[in-house]
Amino acid sequence: MASNCNSSESERQRIAQQRLKIIAGHLQKEEDGELPRIFANDCKAEATDRRSSSASTMPKRRQEIMKWNGWGYSDSRFLFNKKGQAEFTGKRYRLSGMIMPSLKDWFEGTFGANLQHKTPAVPSLNSSDVQPPSLNEAFVQDLKASSIPCSNEAEDRVFRAHGHCLHEIFALREGRFGRVPDMVVWPNSHDDVVKIVELASKHNVCLIPYGGGTSVSSALECPPEEVRSIVSLDTSQMNRILWIDEKNLTAHVEAGIIGQDLERALNESGYCTGHEPDSMEFSSLGGWVATRASGMKKNIYGNIEDLVIHLKMVTPRGVIEKSCQGPRMSTGPDIHHFILGSEGTLGVVTEVTMKIRPIPEYQKYGSVVFPNFEQGVACLREVAKQRCAPASIRLMDNAQFQFGHALKPQVSSIFTSFLDGLKKFYITKFKGFDPHCLCVATLLFEGDRERVLQHEKRVYDIAAKFGGLAAGEDNGQRGYMLTFVIAYLRDLGMDYYVMGESFETSVPWDRVLDLCRNVKERIVRECKEKGVQFSPLSTCRVTQTYDAGACVYFYFAFNYRGLADPVHVYEQVEHAAREEILANGGSLSHHHGVGKLRKQWMKESISNVGLGMLKSVKDFVDPDNIFGNRNLL
Amino acid sequence: MAAFAEATRIFFRIIQTTHHLQNTAVPGGRTTSPASLQKKMQELATLVTPASQTDNTMDQDQYQREWPALRQTYPPGSPALTRNAERKHYTTRGTGQAVGSQDTTGSGNRTHVPGFHSAVRFRQLPRPLKTIVLQSEQLRYVINQVSKESGEATDIVQEEAVAIVEEMAHRLQLSTIRFFAFALSKAFKTLFRSVHVNEEGIQRLQQAIQEHPVVLLPSHRSYIDFLMMSYILYTYDLSLPVIAAGMDFLGMKFVGEMLRMSGAFFIRRSFGGDKLYWAVFSEYVKTMLRNGYAPIEFFLEGTRSRTCKSLTPKLGLLNIVMDPFFKGEVFDVSLVPISISYERVLEETLYARELLGVPKPKESTSGLLKARRILSEDYGSIHVYFGQPTSVRSLAQGKINRSHYNLIPRFIPRKCSEDTQSFVNDTAYSLVRRQEENMVLRPWVLIATILMQNLDGMDSELLAEQTTWLRGLAMAFGAFLDWPDQAPIAKVVSSSLALHHGLVCSSGGRVRLEEGPQETASPEEALFNRAVGVLSCASYRNQILHIFLRPALVAVALETAATSRNDDVYGSFVYLRNVFSNEFILCPGADVQDFEEGCYLLMKCGAVQMLTQDIVVTERGQSILSFLSGMLEPFLQGYQVVCRYFCEEASEGLMEKEYVPAVRSFAVKRILSDGLKCYEALSSDLQKNALAALLRLNALRKVKAADQVSLKVNKMAAKAVEDTLGGKVPVQKPVLARL
Repeated sequence: MASNCNSSESERQRIAQQRLKIIAGHLQKEEDGELPRIFANDCKAEATDRRSSSASTMPKRRQEIMKWNGWGYSDSRFLFNKKGQAEFTGKRYRLSGMIMPSLKDWFEGTFGANLQHKTPAVPSLNSSDVQPPSLNEAFVQDLKASSIPCSNEAEDRVFRAHGHCLHEIFALREGRFGRVPDMVVWPNSHDDVVKIVELASKHNVCLIPYGGGTSVSSALECPPEEVRSIVSLDTSQMNRILWIDEKNLTAHVEAGIIGQDLERALNESGYCTGHEPDSMEFSSLGGWVATRASGMKKNIYGNIEDLVIHLKMVTPRGVIEKSCQGPRMSTGPDIHHFILGSEGTLGVVTEVTMKIRPIPEYQKYGSVVFPNFEQGVACLREVAKQRCAPASIRLMDNAQFQFGHALKPQVSSIFTSFLDGLKKFYITKFKGFDPHCLCVATLLFEGDRERVLQHEKRVYDIAAKFGGLAAGEDNGQRGYMLTFVIAYLRDLGMDYYVMGESFETSVPWDRVLDLCRNVKERIVRECKEKGVQFSPLSTCRVTQTYDAGACVYFYFAFNYRGLADPVHVYEQVEHAAREEILANGGSLSHHHGVGKLRKQWMKESISNVGLGMLKSVKDFVDPDNIFGNRNLL
Repeated sequence: MAAFAEATRIFFRIIQTTHHLQNTAVPGGRTTSPASLQKKMQELATLVTPASQTDNTMDQDQYQREWPALRQTYPPGSPALTRNAERKHYTTRGTGQAVGSQDTTGSGNRTHVPGFHSAVRFRQLPRPLKTIVLQSEQLRYVINQVSKESGEATDIVQEEAVAIVEEMAHRLQLSTIRFFAFALSKAFKTLFRSVHVNEEGIQRLQQAIQEHPVVLLPSHRSYIDFLMMSYILYTYDLSLPVIAAGMDFLGMKFVGEMLRMSGAFFIRRSFGGDKLYWAVFSEYVKTMLRNGYAPIEFFLEGTRSRTCKSLTPKLGLLNIVMDPFFKGEVFDVSLVPISISYERVLEETLYARELLGVPKPKESTSGLLKARRILSEDYGSIHVYFGQPTSVRSLAQGKINRSHYNLIPRFIPRKCSEDTQSFVNDTAYSLVRRQEENMVLRPWVLIATILMQNLDGMDSELLAEQTTWLRGLAMAFGAFLDWPDQAPIAKVVSSSLALHHGLVCSSGGRVRLEEGPQETASPEEALFNRAVGVLSCASYRNQILHIFLRPALVAVALETAATSRNDDVYGSFVYLRNVFSNEFILCPGADVQDFEEGCYLLMKCGAVQMLTQDIVVTERGQSILSFLSGMLEPFLQGYQVVCRYFCEEASEGLMEKEYVPAVRSFAVKRILSDGLKCYEALSSDLQKNALAALLRLNALRKVKAADQVSLKVNKMAAKAVEDTLGGKVPVQKPVLARL
């Protein structure tokens, strides 16, 4: 620290003064009793009010409403009822309480699974299996003095020791816990974070920021080689919208807010961000920034890097932020891009100013059936070329189309099922589409009613040139639903010897088809070689379009009965699939991030020099590796 | 035809050839073990069989009568057996009758077997193949480039491209294929006793065709190689291949077009600098691969081997077929090495004459018709062995980083990287070696090998004895021999000699090479006739060279090395290997492996003992080693003759094209005056290989001046090579210690 240069000297002074002020505040509080608290509440009156009107969905003790060893809410899950029919419990979703009659057949047919062969998870968390916390007493004392809530209960710690990678969930279901954080802290504001980072630096404690916990890159895993005390910094309580600026259409938001709360709160004021990653029910704004997230409606609203106007991040060196909110700056490399995608290795994103838009007047789903995947990709390419992509356009391959179909809820009226039959007849018999080749694009249009209708016509006209047939809103909507329930479905699969995962990439247009085919084939091949008994589900969709390429999303699942070490097999296959992606001109990741899962390919991906640049940033910002989750580099 | 194919197929199921191979120890260093050899033999089923059956179903007895290999299961002493043992089997009943009856039943049957010929048709493409090629981005790019460079309008270049495609493209016609199948089965039945195919290989191929684009890589010893290939695939109802054929076939009126209609496409022999031609050609092949249109067939060796030795592989086409995999356009490509072994090569003397400088007759239809006379000859049997399909993907694993192809659009042609180059090269060599390994060797090959070391003829009993001995050695080295079971050796030898009566004669208990008409000939003519015989015979010896090559090189190295120390021997070995690297299939850079393999085999057969520092020849090893080095002797001598030519006679500024005739007449002189016996020095193949070796050893230099290439000799170096090969001086350069 003594070797710090002058420029950071003033920064340190500033922080020190701030800290003094805070400490003074605490002293005051003790003297004056109630007063400061009222004062504090005054300051945040608006925000707290807003909060009361739309209660945060994320309590400190997340395990109260969420599964500790699976995806999402405890009350929502798929199960096969006594009749052997699949149903989705709870009340939260459109599918909730419904019965999906064809899921069982699809499930058994696709995976060769059998409802008789169950692999139930360990029913509850056994705290004694979790290693006792190794606490840094001095840190804990200082922290307690600052009255920031914290916990070292096993349940809280285990909950924050994982993301949603297959191996992480698989271990939890078996009741196995690796290294878990020793402590969880819940800062309430930017200043709390500053304080925590100060203390961590002072006492050499490892901090791992935790937002929504939806990582699929092993980013939240505690490095097993870490000997220091690990503190999970849970941002969920920093969930206020601090202000909305209607003139500039921006909102200043605390980074711990989760997607659905942000959207709901903005909606109340007639706005939205339009950023809707598939995990938006649980993932947080800070997490989006830290992983360079992408939303399904990016065609209208942009990805997270397009949405962010201003960022505040607390690092061991101090707080990094720009001095203005100009829409674009030419001031050297954009420092935001050191923060975007830093995956918690540099600091904690605490506050974000982001663009907002008025809520669109009209929304419409749609779908187009293509005779084959090739035609579908050609159509998406044309749509991208003409820059007329709707809010969302996705192309599912045949296997995923059938998957989506298996989720069709029971239809109540004979008329609907008759209509469905008629549709099917028209497409397969009259139009001659091969049901084993056809694929479907799902569409979502947003905007003025009139424009949406115009836009829709334009897209359907393009589709027609590639042999596409409009196939109704229903199919479209079901396609999007699939992405929200897929993670719940994985839990169902894991009850019956089926394990699966998704991964993504981005790739230039001319390689989309080759990459999709080769990666899917590689997965099938690898599974066979690794002794998987039944051919796996290996399916993909083109999920985003860009001017120069597309984002492709893969689902891959297989029946692991008869495998001695299924997780290892799974990891080998995933590894092979990633190699195949890279060999076919795909990127290491489009929006999931690198974490620890894909770290080994970073050098190859961004070159030695590139990696060195990132490393030197890390070395400057966090020389003591306080943010020691060891992601990315 | 359909019925015939069906019948043969039913018929093969009955066949179980039961060759018994001696359980001689086979060194583990080779890929073939006795078990696998036996398996290989058992896989060989008979495709074209003596066409005596009029009935579609054929009972076991009838079959056995016609297939001597199964004699043992037949009651001994049976009159049928003795009668048929040495005869052409199909003569028992009229061939015409058989074929005729098959055809009539065939036409009736065709309707009963729906989709039987479905595989013959190529996969449906969205647009005609030629259109896809002409409209491809790849070609458009090159057309623009060429037009920019040459200043010609793009339409003109485009038209050129159209003309190239038209000249090149195949045009499949089912009726032509049926005609060929009919004519060929008839011709093959007349020419050959039987055609054996390993059915397991066919099954593997069938599997491979369903999975990925397949490239068929047959060995090339005869014109009929690709006819045979197509015929077999047709018979087994596999998709017919599209075959890369040399443009010279197009010179044959009518026949060229017939070949085109049966799936051949034609490429110019040389088009080195022609960017447009290369682009059209490679795009044509790649388009077929990408779309899984049909298996692609070409000859790795590039041309027919006149010497029956495998030729060093040509890499151009192999590069092209691998490219779609490197670029991710296909998931994988399967390479299938196929070995076609002829008991008697149709072109044997033709080749010998060609090697001696009688120009190759231009392919012409009348020539083909004249060649009819060969129909009256007996050419023994053919073995076609379909090797294990090799996946390019698994070969490239860890060797090729495909992401190197990510940064440049894939339609832009570019030079392949060094990694790729050496990968393709290694693959090509290993494929050729696999072709060699799967070659089925007949007893005659061993006999020819022995006769080549006894050019003055030898006692037939001694010949039989040595053949038995050599058989044992060949088995120990892992040769894939097809030996008649339980036939006494004398019988085996005499029947082999009978089949090759044009090359050898046996009189008064002595066997010697046929020397042609003696009386009226001038010494030169006599020499020529003798050389034809020797070179023809040598071509059979060459078929087994790959088995003995590495131990033989070690044997020669042991003779020529200064001491018997390991590293000295290795040094000589490396030197020899370098000298002969055009002559034989020796993978570049595999010095150590080859040396170890050679030593290992010698050690296994007890010829040498490997001590820590030295290689010691055992007592019984002497005969083996001298036999082995005797096998290479003609090559050593031949190369020495070439060296001497350069030292003594070559004029300053010798033109490259004058080299072959000049060195030939030098060799003729030497043989006539000095009584040298090295007839192989007359072979233009050896002369060209020696030239390449001398260039590589810097004993020669090419000087280019105004379209002419002349050779500049470093006489010192040439003399040094001659002396080293002659064993007069040990290998000069100290080779860095390897052990």
